[in-house]
Amino acid sequence: MLILDCPYCGVKAEETELQAGGEAHLKRYGPGSSDEEFDGYMFMRKNPKGVHFERWRHAYGCGKWFLAARCTATLEVFGTYPAQTSAPPADLQAKIKSKRPNWEGYK
Amino acid sequence: MSTRLPKGGRLIDRTKPLNFTFNGRRMQGYQGDTLASALLGADQMLLGRSFKYHRPRGLVASGAEEPNALVGLGTGSRFEPNQRVTTTELFEGASAASQNHWPSLEFDVGAINNTFGRFLPGGFYYKTFMFPRFAWKHVFEPVIRQSAGLGKVPQDRDADRYEYAYGFADLVVVGGGVAGLAAALQAGKEGKRVLLIEQTAHWGGRAPVDGVEIDGRPAEDWVKATVEALGKMANVTLRTRTMASGLYDHGYLLAYERIGDHTPGDGRPRHRLWRIRAGHVVTATGAIERPLSFAGNDIPGVMLAGAVRDYVVNWAVSPGDRTVVVTNNDDAYRTALALTEAGLIVAAVVDARASVTGALPDAVRAKGIRVLEGRGIAKVKGTKRVTGVSICAQAGEGAEIEEIDCDAIAMSGGWSPVVHLWSHCGGKLIWDDARAMFRPDAAKPPTGDDGMSMVTAVGSANGALTADEVLADVAKQMGGKAAKTNSVAEAALEPVWIMPQGAGPQLKMKMWLDYQNDVKVSDVQLAAREGYHSVEHTKRYTTLGMATDQGKLSNINGLAVLSDALSQAIPQTGTTTFRPPYTPISMGAIAGEARGDIFQPLRKTPMDEWHGANGAYFEPVGLWRRTYCYQRPGEGVHEAVNREILNAREKVGMLDASTLGKLIVKGPDAGRFLDMLYTGVMSTLPVGKCRYGLMCNENGFLSDDGVVVRLSEDTWLCHTTSGGADRIHGWMEDWLQCEWWDWKVYTANVTEEYAQIAVAGPNARKVLEKLGGMDVSAEGLPAMEWREGVLGGCRARVYRISFSGELSYEIAVPASEGLALWKALIAAGEEFGVMPYGTEAMHIMRAEKGFIMIGDETDGTVIPQDLNLNWAISKKKADYLGKRAQERSHMASPDRWKLVGLETLDGSVLPDGVYAVADGVNANGQRNVQGRVTSTYYSPTLKKGIAMGLVKHGPDRMGEVIDFPADGGKVFKAKIVDQVFYDKEGAKQNV
Repeated sequence: MLILDCPYCGVKAEETELQAGGEAHLKRYGPGSSDEEFDGYMFMRKNPKGVHFERWRHAYGCGKWFLAARCTATLEVFGTYPAQTSAPPADLQAKIKSKRPNWEGYK
Repeated sequence: MSTRLPKGGRLIDRTKPLNFTFNGRRMQGYQGDTLASALLGADQMLLGRSFKYHRPRGLVASGAEEPNALVGLGTGSRFEPNQRVTTTELFEGASAASQNHWPSLEFDVGAINNTFGRFLPGGFYYKTFMFPRFAWKHVFEPVIRQSAGLGKVPQDRDADRYEYAYGFADLVVVGGGVAGLAAALQAGKEGKRVLLIEQTAHWGGRAPVDGVEIDGRPAEDWVKATVEALGKMANVTLRTRTMASGLYDHGYLLAYERIGDHTPGDGRPRHRLWRIRAGHVVTATGAIERPLSFAGNDIPGVMLAGAVRDYVVNWAVSPGDRTVVVTNNDDAYRTALALTEAGLIVAAVVDARASVTGALPDAVRAKGIRVLEGRGIAKVKGTKRVTGVSICAQAGEGAEIEEIDCDAIAMSGGWSPVVHLWSHCGGKLIWDDARAMFRPDAAKPPTGDDGMSMVTAVGSANGALTADEVLADVAKQMGGKAAKTNSVAEAALEPVWIMPQGAGPQLKMKMWLDYQNDVKVSDVQLAAREGYHSVEHTKRYTTLGMATDQGKLSNINGLAVLSDALSQAIPQTGTTTFRPPYTPISMGAIAGEARGDIFQPLRKTPMDEWHGANGAYFEPVGLWRRTYCYQRPGEGVHEAVNREILNAREKVGMLDASTLGKLIVKGPDAGRFLDMLYTGVMSTLPVGKCRYGLMCNENGFLSDDGVVVRLSEDTWLCHTTSGGADRIHGWMEDWLQCEWWDWKVYTANVTEEYAQIAVAGPNARKVLEKLGGMDVSAEGLPAMEWREGVLGGCRARVYRISFSGELSYEIAVPASEGLALWKALIAAGEEFGVMPYGTEAMHIMRAEKGFIMIGDETDGTVIPQDLNLNWAISKKKADYLGKRAQERSHMASPDRWKLVGLETLDGSVLPDGVYAVADGVNANGQRNVQGRVTSTYYSPTLKKGIAMGLVKHGPDRMGEVIDFPADGGKVFKAKIVDQVFYDKEGAKQNV
């Protein structure tokens, strides 16, 4: 029963208000892509014990999708941010790096 | 015998006797009794039978850790099995019955398993029932089913009500013993919003029983004063009978409040499930005493030393007249003192330690009680009740030194902190060698969303043993100053995992670890010999700790025995995983209010009331309820459906289509967006027209379908399936917010804003024309177009679309005008023979026309090409969701099963979902298949069975007959035909 702060409406949202959307920062591959590229986009998902970036929708709130960075091992939430970005904000990455020096980056 | 003592009992009120029955026998207890103390007071020691060997079982404990004493409680609509008598408060008229025996508690046939116990070792399920294969189904399983299971299933609907409640606190203190009270008091003084919960009905925990004095007064007085002080704090809430069942992510705590268990039928909810969000949790959950593993330690009369003390002090019940205390620590001497104080005989204290000195043993010796040092119990005498013990040297192999007569044994193997809540959400444990216990590792606590510790374990739950240690630990971790107590120094315990230490196999086979599941020392050692080195595997192989008490007594002893067998240290073996709930909670509490009419929300269309008043037979469609058919008096469901279809085909019918999903998509980029969403092209759809569309997921599979309407230059209305509206709306938002966020598009789900009515049949136009207000002629409103206007006084949008194959109009009006329009149409249509029709008639009519239905023809593995819907897939578009996936070799394979019509040779109706068989067998020896039925109905129009199905190379095999074996051995022979059974040219709808 996670709590995540919705970066749009500011509500401290409980998991029952949220819809999980899997891994964040996927790049879509459409027609013209190779089998390997499409396979990676469609099926290959990270499952780290540690820092993870996820998509969440404030489904029973403002309805907005947002992204969250959290630790799957300790459940620590490093931050949430709007979905309209292809990379985590630099300050958030710096914060994670300071808390998890061995973190290898979001890619 | 066990009996009620003439005086004493700090929790009972002798002026309030309560009557109850056990197995039909009348008994009496007092207000304040638990069912356990009342039974024991009435000399009922034998309370049940164990699970595997059906051995006689009595009380072992006095609290939530009790493994044996489970009963069926109550009768009729208030019957519940597996109720723990130690946590059941006695009430007037309580009716309890023992479980797991046949034919009676005293004489049990299943106990024959006990005699043959040597043939039922640990893991016997896995060994015995493997071969021969057929024997499982025909021999073993029926026998096991007969004897498995604890208790009976309630037969009546639960008469009680249950509820959820929500709580929020800066600090939740779990456990109302002296540690919890002291912690809550300190936090309360600091102004924190505190919730203090206690699982029993009483505050104070063990301290009052153990003779603790705090600040120079009896613990009982200190408890009373502290509870009073807490009660006066506005920021502190106190709640008894509330058990913290589980701690989850980010301080989410579930607690189970038993409001009305002891006052059944008084109108209050029976249980309340608290969903609490805690800023921080303090676990002051105390410790549980461990049994000692000696032969016959499961015979009724063998109890935990602390429990014996509880029964004597709290409820003035003596478990026996003559007790032997057996221990490896000083604490159990308190039991000897309590028994002596109550005037009972302590035959001896048997201490495994070679030399025993210290204040408590000295006090016992001063009472003239024998203390046997370096001794253990070789064997307990008796079957249904302890009659004596055989004493041996703990260091030896069990040779009898002397025999002592007794009818009760109080055992103590040390104490284990209750670390469940600490562990539920990731807190780690460390092994404390000096105290022989796992306790919370403060360096590795469960963490919250800020990455900081969210739990603090205090007192005995943190490994503190004496009252001094407990209060000092609270002060150290919570702040404030620790009160002084009368604690005396206690000598260290000596870990004793089996007694005597050199016991041979004969004795180990009678040393119980898990009482409820009948797991013995020999079973765990066998598991180790057979290669089960992981504690989690050993648990599952032997069933150790898998009973309803979840190993509260057995786990530490079991893993110590396993460690010994593996010649490794206990921390190396580790513990099994602690999972919620701490003790079982009722199914009623989990359901809460969600039962009967409010099990889930019910969505009704604006015309629902009319349907109900006109014979509607409802069916659920998602959360909606829709009319399956309208039954007339004396008419069966199938007759009604057939009548509705024939009437719509011959005259005119009306369908309430309001549940259809309606999504507005608007903006400069809306057309471009819909071209990505649908397989077809929607951007070129002219204003005023409608077009059928398919949506796929990125895996290429068909996900939803419906008619798309161009409302204006920048606005489209997308119809979805009834069950798909919310899902598809979410799908649209996902792509707009997360992928194409620079596209200028708005969406809105307006499903409930409009009522929608389909008017279908040869007379449909006449009905609308009679209603008047709009030009609905063939020229004024051609097929697949729409017009806006006022129809019969209602603001209407009329679409000329048909899902039935008839001349058809779908009319959308504001929801508030739906019922008026429906009634107006019924009245106007009377002279043209109008009848409403339901969802089943709709389904059959669409099948007659060969139209697909999402969820029938599709199941998440079907692509549009499988359904011959290539005409609805744009070949010009560079991209749409699912296009890349459909280019994969398996999707483009000519061997995919494709949609065809199916017609049985004898006109009968194919069973739904049956498979068509092909020659030969597959690698598993199963018959090869070549297709399956997706929709099948009796068509009243064609007066025969019709079906659709997916068949390998189907469209190329028209006229071929294939076999569909069904249940019962019957084989249906069906011919592959065109999927459109009715009016293939479309002459009926294009008029």
